[in-house]
Order: sequence, then C-alpha cells, then structure tokens
Amino acid sequence: MSTRTVLSQADIARALTRISHEVLESNKGPERLVVLGVPTRGVVLAERLAASLSSISGVDVPVGSLDVTMYRDDIRRHPTRTPQPTSLPPGGIDDAVVVLVDDVLYSGRTIRAALDALGDHGRPRAVRLAVLVDRGHRELPIRADFVGKNLPTSTSERIFVRLHGVDDDELVAIEGGVAS
Amino acid sequence: MRHLLSTADLDHGAAVHLLDVAEDMSDVATREVRKLPTLRGRTVVNLFYEDSTRTRISFEAAAKRLSADVINFAAKGSSVSKGESLKDTVQTLAAMGADGIVLRHPASGAAKVLADSGWVDASVVNAGDGTHEHPTQALLDAFTMRRRVHGAASRGRDLDGLRVLVVGDVLHSRVARSNAWLLRTLGASVTVVAPPTLLPVDVSRLGVDVAYDLDEAIADVRPDVVMMLRIQQERMHEAFFPNAREYARVWGLGSARFRALPETAIVMHPGPMNRGLEIGDEAADSPRSTVRDQVAHGVSVRMAVLYLTLTGDREDAR
Repeated sequence: MSTRTVLSQADIARALTRISHEVLESNKGPERLVVLGVPTRGVVLAERLAASLSSISGVDVPVGSLDVTMYRDDIRRHPTRTPQPTSLPPGGIDDAVVVLVDDVLYSGRTIRAALDALGDHGRPRAVRLAVLVDRGHRELPIRADFVGKNLPTSTSERIFVRLHGVDDDELVAIEGGVAS
Repeated sequence: MRHLLSTADLDHGAAVHLLDVAEDMSDVATREVRKLPTLRGRTVVNLFYEDSTRTRISFEAAAKRLSADVINFAAKGSSVSKGESLKDTVQTLAAMGADGIVLRHPASGAAKVLADSGWVDASVVNAGDGTHEHPTQALLDAFTMRRRVHGAASRGRDLDGLRVLVVGDVLHSRVARSNAWLLRTLGASVTVVAPPTLLPVDVSRLGVDVAYDLDEAIADVRPDVVMMLRIQQERMHEAFFPNAREYARVWGLGSARFRALPETAIVMHPGPMNRGLEIGDEAADSPRSTVRDQVAHGVSVRMAVLYLTLTGDREDAR
C-alpha cells in the first residue's frame, strides 16, 4: 500500500491563514462570525481558524464544536458511534454567520447532518463551509465555500488527516489506490 | 449493546461510556429544540406489567426526545388480564413493528427470559423485574453521584473512593441490588444498613458491607452519599418490623440524623418517598437532596440506553 504526503504541517498552516483572509473578505470583516468545528479534527481546525481570524482582525471570534453523531443517516449501518460534546459560544448562533469547519469533505453527508444539527440550536443568518481537503465524490448537493486544497482522488484511496492536539504528528496523506 | 438486562453485565468501560453518552443527552435538554432525530421511524414499546408512573414516563420522554414512536402497554385492562402469556403479548407487539421493548414485570428474571427466548427480534431493556434488578435506576443514581462529585468535568470519570450508604428495604429492592453491582464496578464502596429481616439471605454475594445500626454506620463510614430506599408496603405481606413509627425512629432519616451526616453528604431516594417513614421532610427538602436531579437525569440516562441498544449494526452490537 503506497502512502504519500500531500500537505505538510507548513502547508496546513498556510492554508488556514489563506482561508482566514478569504472568510474575512467574503464577510466584509469579523462581525457576527462564529466558527464551529465538527468533531474530532474539525474542532482542532476551528480553534486554529478562530485564533487566526481574531489575530488578523483584532476582534475575538467565538468558536465552538458541533457534534453531528445523532443526526447521521447511517446510524443503523455502522457500529454504534459515540456522540461527542457540542459546545456553542455563550452568544449562541442566532443571527450569526456560522463557519462550519471539517477536515475532509467527501460525500457531503456529514455536512448534511451538521446543517440539521445547527437548525436545532438556533437560526444563523448564514452558514458557510470551510474544509482543509475537498476530495470530491459528493453524494449530495453540497459544496465548500473555503477549501484548503482540492485533492482529486479515487474512492479506493484513503485520506489521512493528522493534527497536533489529536495526533502525534501533523500532515495530510493519501493511502492506497493505483500507484502513480 | 443489544439489551440492557442487568448492571452486572456492564464492565467498568461500558458503564463509564454509558454515563458519558448520558452527559451528551442531558445537553439536549438545554437547547432550543429539545429533540434529536436519531430514532426517527423506530418504535419503542413500554410493556408494563406493574404499576409505575415515573419510570414509564421517564422512558416515554426519553424515547420521544430521540424521535422514536412510543406505544404504552399497561397489563391492567389489557388482553393480559384475559390470560394472555408474555410470549403471545410480545409477539403481538413485535408484529406491530416494535424495535425495542422496555419491560417492567413482577417476576424476577422476566427481562432475561424475553431477551434469551428468541420470541422477538427487538432489543430488551429491563425496567424492573420483580425484586431482582432495575438497571436504569442504578445508572441514573450513579450519574447523579458523578455529577455531584465531578460537576461539569464528569466525562470519563468513575466513582472511585466514594462511600455510599444504602439504607432500608434491601430485601425487596431491585434498586439496591442493581446499585450494589454498578457502584462496585465504578469503584465506590457500599454499606447497606437495614433491619436483619429486610436483608436478603445472600447479602454477602452483593459485595457490600453490612450494618444494622444507622447511627453507628453514619459515624463509622462518614458517607458521601446516603441512599434511602422506599419501604415497599405493597410487597410486604409479613411483619418485617414492629410498626412504622419504630422503623422511622431506628432506620429513618429524620432531622437529627440528617444533621449528623457529613456536611457535604448528599441524600438520594429513588422515589416515590414515604415522608415520615424512611425519610423526613428536612432531609427530603434540603438542597443536599438529589431527588429531583435523579428524575431529570433519569431521562438522559434512558436516552443513552435507548440510543446504545437501538442503533448500530445488529451483528456488531451483539
């Protein structure tokens, strides 16, 4: 099985910085932004993105996590998943511009679940999606607003995202598929 | 987890995991929409052969918060009073599409019989079988203790080192039995205090210490938790103690005894309380009484149990 690294730690940091600027540009500033990560690695990315947004704009951007386990459509197909904590910033998400953050965008089903979960917590003014890697193969009409890197893959390949805070090292790698 | 029949089936990891899931479920109660779509399209039957208000309502609230459809079946006034067997009743319910059966039955071991029988495919949750077990009550008691000890940082923790007194009718109490097993699994030490007539013959097999004098036990154990059991008058067909006044004086938690407890000790009661018998007003209404917390946590714990038994690939969950 071949494994190759597609993003190094420095690449990941640069991608997050670029996404921060894009978020601030499209939102015309940091007003009403709330960054929510999807556990597990989306939360790590969300915290970094919020820190970056805060340092660039000089305004504290609230951050939280949004668990989607109970909203998944594959609950009866997999072994029972353990829910993760959801923590919203004290201000809530009503009328906020929520930036959802996840590590890999694939079928789009996780984001579909996240949108449902979000609706049960309040009514944001808008929801944006930021992902570190978009690997294609969407099964739902969902797209990301901010992408760290587009990675055309085959479905037989696996993408690994490892981040400090959850893992020992930090990189994005592809495993398997046809060796090139 | 396919069924929940006994707290003795839960090892340390499974018990802590279940309580952690219950933590996430309790967050739902504070949200704008107090409902999860997780069990949409699944049916939970509350099959109750014994009277119960709070357990049935708690299971009903838990199932509804997870968007399951709930069918309440009380044996009284049903085909059961015409002589229908448990097998025929559950097969009728299964034919209506029950995915989970919450069973309360006066016969000890009824839930186990149903789970092992192969009569139905549904998951079975024991909601009290005779004088044997009441696992969800023990789980919500453990959840309540963990919240009081560890607060918001409860996730992943157990009850290591906690000293618990269980006082009263241990003989008839399925709550006491389930609690004894679960609390020991979670690392707490349990002392039961009761008149000898209200202790089971095999009390040593519960793995608990035994005391007969409540005042001495309070002084010796210095408990963190005092759990008062209900005197189950409906199960008492013999004279287990001379009269109610004597019981209240010797084994009840009246004002003087309540004040003798360590200042941080909490008072628990599974309800419904017999005020003036096993528990006095001062203890029952004190801020250190967790009776209402227990009810609230009961819904979260039962949501966790229904989630863990009713989701997931059945082959893997076995």
